[in-house]
This record gives sequence, C-alpha cells and structure tokens, in this order.
Amino acid sequence: MSNTANEARTSTFDWGGFVKKYAIVGILLLFVILLSVLTGGTFLQPQNLINVIRQVSAIAIIATGMTFVIIINGIDLSVGSIVAVSAVVSASLAQMPDASVIMYPGLQLPVFVAILAGLAVGALLGLINGALVAGFNIAPFIATLGMMTAARGLALIYSGGRPISKLQPAFNFIGQGDLLWLPVPIWILAIVAVGAHVVLNFTRFGRHTYALGGNEQAARVSGISLNKLKIGIFALSGLLAGLAGMVLAARIGSGNPQLGTGIELDAIASTVIGGTSFNGGIGTIWGAVVGALIIGVINNGMDLINISPFMQQVVKGVIIVLAIIIDERKNR
Amino acid sequence: MTDEYLLEMQGIDKIFPGVHALDHVDLKVRPGTVHSLMGENGAGKSTLMKVLIGMYQPDGGTITFDGHQVTIPDTATGLGLGISMIHQELSPVPEMTVAENIWLGREPRGPLGLISRGAMRRATQELFDRWEIRIDPTRPMKQLSIAQTQMVEIAKAISFDSKLIIMDEPTSAITETEVAHLHRMIGQLKDSGTAIIYITHKMDEVFKISDDITVFRDGKHVASLPAAELNRDTLIALMVGRELTQMFPKLEAEIGGVFLKVEGLSRGHLVKDVSFEVRRGEILGIAGLMGAGRTEVLETLFGVYKAESGTITIDGKPVTISQPKDAIAAGMGLLTEDRKLTGIMGVLSVRDNMIMAALPKYSPNGFLNLKRIDEDCQVQRETLALKTPSLSQSIQNLSGGNQQKVLISRWLLTLPDILMIDEPTRGIDVGAKSEIHRLMSLLAQQGKAIIMVSSEMPEVLGMSDRIVVMHEGSVSGIIDRSEATQERIMQLATGPGAAAA
Repeated sequence: MSNTANEARTSTFDWGGFVKKYAIVGILLLFVILLSVLTGGTFLQPQNLINVIRQVSAIAIIATGMTFVIIINGIDLSVGSIVAVSAVVSASLAQMPDASVIMYPGLQLPVFVAILAGLAVGALLGLINGALVAGFNIAPFIATLGMMTAARGLALIYSGGRPISKLQPAFNFIGQGDLLWLPVPIWILAIVAVGAHVVLNFTRFGRHTYALGGNEQAARVSGISLNKLKIGIFALSGLLAGLAGMVLAARIGSGNPQLGTGIELDAIASTVIGGTSFNGGIGTIWGAVVGALIIGVINNGMDLINISPFMQQVVKGVIIVLAIIIDERKNR
Repeated sequence: MTDEYLLEMQGIDKIFPGVHALDHVDLKVRPGTVHSLMGENGAGKSTLMKVLIGMYQPDGGTITFDGHQVTIPDTATGLGLGISMIHQELSPVPEMTVAENIWLGREPRGPLGLISRGAMRRATQELFDRWEIRIDPTRPMKQLSIAQTQMVEIAKAISFDSKLIIMDEPTSAITETEVAHLHRMIGQLKDSGTAIIYITHKMDEVFKISDDITVFRDGKHVASLPAAELNRDTLIALMVGRELTQMFPKLEAEIGGVFLKVEGLSRGHLVKDVSFEVRRGEILGIAGLMGAGRTEVLETLFGVYKAESGTITIDGKPVTISQPKDAIAAGMGLLTEDRKLTGIMGVLSVRDNMIMAALPKYSPNGFLNLKRIDEDCQVQRETLALKTPSLSQSIQNLSGGNQQKVLISRWLLTLPDILMIDEPTRGIDVGAKSEIHRLMSLLAQQGKAIIMVSSEMPEVLGMSDRIVVMHEGSVSGIIDRSEATQERIMQLATGPGAAAA
C-alpha cells in the first residue's frame, strides 16, 4: 500500500524541488529586471548584455574548474596566480617580431604553440597542487595558498615584473575577436561550460568527483583511486585558470604578471552563489556560470546607475553571504 | 486507577513534507519504570522522542510532564525540565577529553569564572565511581573504542540527574558484559524513581528490562501494554502487523569447493596469522567480542588497509590485494560496519550510491551508460523492495534499513563472487532484518561465498554454515553449524584462559 502511494507521488511534478533547484536563476532574472527598470532599458541593450557576459567569462571559466574542486571539499586559491603565469608565458611566445621589448628575439612560433604552452603551464601548476594534496595530505587551503604566493612570484620573475606587450593579432583574437556575432571569450566559456557539464554528469570521472565529496571513506571502499582523482581535479582547475589567463591577456593585448589578482575570490563566490556546497558532494556547472553572471550583472548594473565602486564591494559581499544563507535554508 | 504518570503525550502530530511522521500518537510513562518503544524503522519512535526533547516542534497534541502541561521549544528547555537522551548516533568531540565531553556546555567554573579542569575531572571521577565505569576521565575521546564511547554517552545522560532518560539503541555497539552493566545501571535509576524510555531492536533485551511496552507502526500508536502480557511472537506480530514464520530464513544451498583461501593474514595486533577457507554457497560467520579484530580481518582482506603478510587465493589462483580496487576486480565486495562513516554518501542520490562500486562496468570508455544504470537500479529497487519515493532521492532521507539495502545493491551490481558483510543488520528493524537475512541466503544459494561478521549471537547461529571465532586478533576456533552453540562460541571468544575457568 505504501508502495503505491510512493509511486503516485513520483508521477506528480515536484514543484518544491523545482523552485529550490532553480531559485538562483530567478534571482538572476530579478536583478536583470530591476536593473532594466533602474537604467530605463539601457541595461537590456543586446550590446550591453553581451558585454556583461564577456566581462565575466574569465571568472566563469575559472569557476567551472572551481566547482569540481569545491565539490570534493577542496578549495583552489592559486587560480589567480596561475592566470598570471599562463598570461606571461603565452604572451612571451606570441610576441610580434617588431616589439620594442622582446623576450625571445628571433623566435617565431605559430600562435597555437603559445596557447598550448599557456594551457600546459596552468595544468602543471594545478597538478602540483593536486600532488601536494593527495601525496602529502596537505589541506587544499594550505597547498594552494602556497602555490598562490609562489606562482605569483614566478610570473614576476619570468616577466621581469613588466607586462609583455605587442602580441600577434591571432593571439589577441582570443580576447578581442568576434565569431558569429559573439565575442570569442563567450564561445570559449560556452565550450568549457558544456564540456564540464558533460564530464560532471555523464562520465565516470564526474560520478567519482561527487562520491569523493559525498563521503571520502565510502568512496575509497568503493574502489575509487582517490589520489589520481584529486590530482586530476586540481590539474583541471589549473588548466582552466591557464585558459582564463590567456583570455584576459589577449583582451588587453599584453601578458601582465599582476593579472588575475583577486580573481580566485570572484570564482569562489560564483561557485558558491551557484549552489555548490562547501560541505562537498553538491554542485553544478550551470550554477557556477549563473553565479558568475550575477556578479557580472551587479557590477555592470551598478556602474550604469552610478553607484560608487566602494559601495559595489559592499553589495557584492552582502550578496555572497545571502546566497549561503539561502542555500543553508533550502538544504534543511 | 491511581497511576500517576510522569509523562503524558497526547495526540502528538507531526507532518514532514510528504510524510505524516506521527499521526495523533499517545504515550504515557510511569515514574521508576522502563518503558520500551518498539516498531520498525520509520515507525515514528525517534521522531516522537525528538519532539519530546525539543528538537522537533509538534504540529498538534499536548505534553504533560511532572504534572504540568509543557511546551519544549529547544533541547535546553527539555534538559531543564529533566529530560535527557542518549542518541543512537554518537556525537562526541574527538579531540576533547572524556571529562570535557561529559560537561560540554556546562563546565564547572573556578573563582575567576574560568573553566576548572580539576573540578571537571573530579566530578567525572565521582560519576564514574558511582556507576562503576572504568575509563580514565583525562583520556582523549578519540582514543576510546565505540563501546567505551557509548558508556561515556550513557554516563553523560545520567549526569543531568534527569527524571526521564531516553535511550535510543544504547546497546547496539557494546558487548554482553557492558550490556549487563547498563542493565544494572538502569535498575538503580529505576529504584531512585527515574523513568527510562528505551528503544531497541533486540527482543531478548526488551523482555529482560521493560515494565511497559508501546508499539508504533507507520507513525501510528498500535498498542501500549505491560511487558508481562506480551511475548516475543505477539510483540513481533504487533510491530510488523503480520506473523513472522521464521526468524532466520536460511535456505538450503549447495556448498561447492573451496573458493577463497586465506593463509597467515597479519596486520598490526588485531589481525594475527589468520587463516580460513570459504566455499561457494557457504555463509561463513565471524564471531568474537568487541575489539577481537573481526572488522579488521575484513578490511585487510579487502585492501582498505594493506596486509603485512599472508596469502589470498581465489578459485585456486593467488591474488594480490593492496587497495579496494584490486579486491573488487578479484570479485569481492565489502559492506562496511559503519553505514554513516564508510557506507553511504549522504547527499548523493540513491541511484549514485548504488552504482558507485560498479562504475567501471557502466562506463567502459569513461562515459556513463545512463539507460543501463537506470534499468539496473530499478531492478534492484524492485527485487530488494526498496522504499524510496524515487531513485533521485538523497540517500540520507531513507530509513536505516533502506540505506542498508541500497548498500547491498551497491555490491550486488558489481556481481561479486565473494560478499563480505560487516554487521548486516545493525540498527535495522525486524522486518527489514529478516528481508536482509533472506537475501543473504538467496545469494549463497546462487553460489556466492559469503563472509558475515556479526555481534548478534542469534544471527551468527541462525545464518552461518561455519563459524570462525576470533579472540584478540587470532582465530581461536572454527565451528561447524551442527556443533555451534552459544556457550561454545562464548568460550572461544573469551580466550583459552576464560574457557578453563
């Protein structure tokens, strides 16, 4: 008897669950509507909306990797510094031969080599994070805090503390170009987000990620190789930070060793606003992207209605904490 | 009647989203008595107790305690009234000492308002002396065994000098000796007028200590009777609403040749030179007292911890197992003892929990075959009569018995030849218990080799074809089903010295 009652319940649509799951999208829409009204429609101009997404694309790309890390109960503080290392390394390999200050005179490489180098160096630094966490059993907060400091130093040493400028147009295209009416960074974000969503939901690697976050001991007994998994996830986070670094460098046309300072906090905020749980085991890619969009919408909208940047920080802080409070309540 | 009740709960109603957890339930408890609550998991016992201590707010009904109608908005109010509880799930602070855990939140203070460690230690020692508990109050909690932790929790509940103490499965993790100790303590508490509400799944215990018994089923009050008017069969019938024909539905299984052979397995002081064999179709029980190394043998076999020495042979071929992955590849499955700690992944769905050990099978190229996963999980759900609104439900919302079924499914989906089950029915209600026993029997009949660790003597005797008895990390004897008696097992489990005495 109780069985048939259960069956009946599954067949009706679970409105409560639906509202809980997509509350974050509702909040994004609410901000969009509010700002549209406050700006008299300026905010809703397609060009402005595209601008908002482009501005947050690097944050969102990093937040995608951060989602994996936070699902397994980790944190990656080093992504901002990895952005800088990737930016200076790739920029140094993509300079025009006629640049006034040139790192490797006479070296002429195809742009894709520079891009691969940026990705590789990001993945490598992420891999080291993973090895520290898995091999030496160091808390992710500490391991990546060390990497955050060290990698920033490496970026400064490598570039001599100066931006590496005058990059090949093909490289700058990553950050400045348009493809089918949309800026290239938005395309990159779309590919990364869809790819990460597929990995998290439709592959063994994704299930293992949730399992590790849900209960590490149980995951181990279930035959999951935890060390490999942790290293893989931190390497992925590093790889995506490397990618974001190049998007940012290409956007301004130079590899600046100060690039990405503080971006880890925006990425963590996006992930958390998007519903990824700091207790592990829960999180979605689309949530992180929506979280990044909310941050972008707030920044842009407050610019449009002339709220001071100082006030903007206060508002952002309040929203991050509110997001957590909502999350705590809905998980009860 | 002139019976004066200490506690009267009347018409208590509690509704959770989608579940009528308590449907106008009554409970009356007399002072100086033990009142047992019986019912399958999910019957509403724990929910009612959480209402009583102030963890949940009822949606209807009244509570009269010690002559006054009361509302209990939080646990502090409950404690203030004189109601304390020993929870089923122990929650000590592992880094703190025994004494600090007992006085947590109400630490004795010295002249400057600072916590006085000396006073705390003395108070604990007095408490332990009075109740004959032999644990050093200054030891860190994390060094204690589960049984010792349980005794500390019991002492803590008593230390509030409550008029009513609720004990939720207090004996699920302690040995016979400690159970006897607890029962003596309950006797003394009764004499001093304290009432005890007792929740257990162990039948013998219920009749040994109860004055009154109240039975719940599906959130409803079924009956309240003096224990003397009930017997085991009538009580079980009230609980499940049906007569159980057989406690241990052991089926005839064809026992094949030796399938798993373990020789000289050793690790640390809890696994010392352990050797045994298991045949296809056989259920091998491993008995022993708490801390005899039974769980550790399974964990070492499975590669959770690496063996220091020993050989493992499966179907005539030697295998090397250095991590659980190797064991799974060799056709083994391990259902661990502690569901919450090493079993379920709480926030994950029932479906994800089921497939976790069999993932390689469902993703040969890395991508999940979602259709096959869903089909196989549905089959498991039906064959095991799993009660869950859907496979996407978080496993933490299921009852203990249903969680255990999901974990059994987790291993069945790997199609193991050897299934090791540690405490298959701990903290599970009678109905689900016999379902799980039946399932184990069926699996043996299908030719699987089963190793079962159990602390419940009837389970060991009822289910095992042969019984390995362990004492302090070593095998002290292997007994055939036909020769196995409770006394024989206890003799071997208490070691050679005790057997002579």
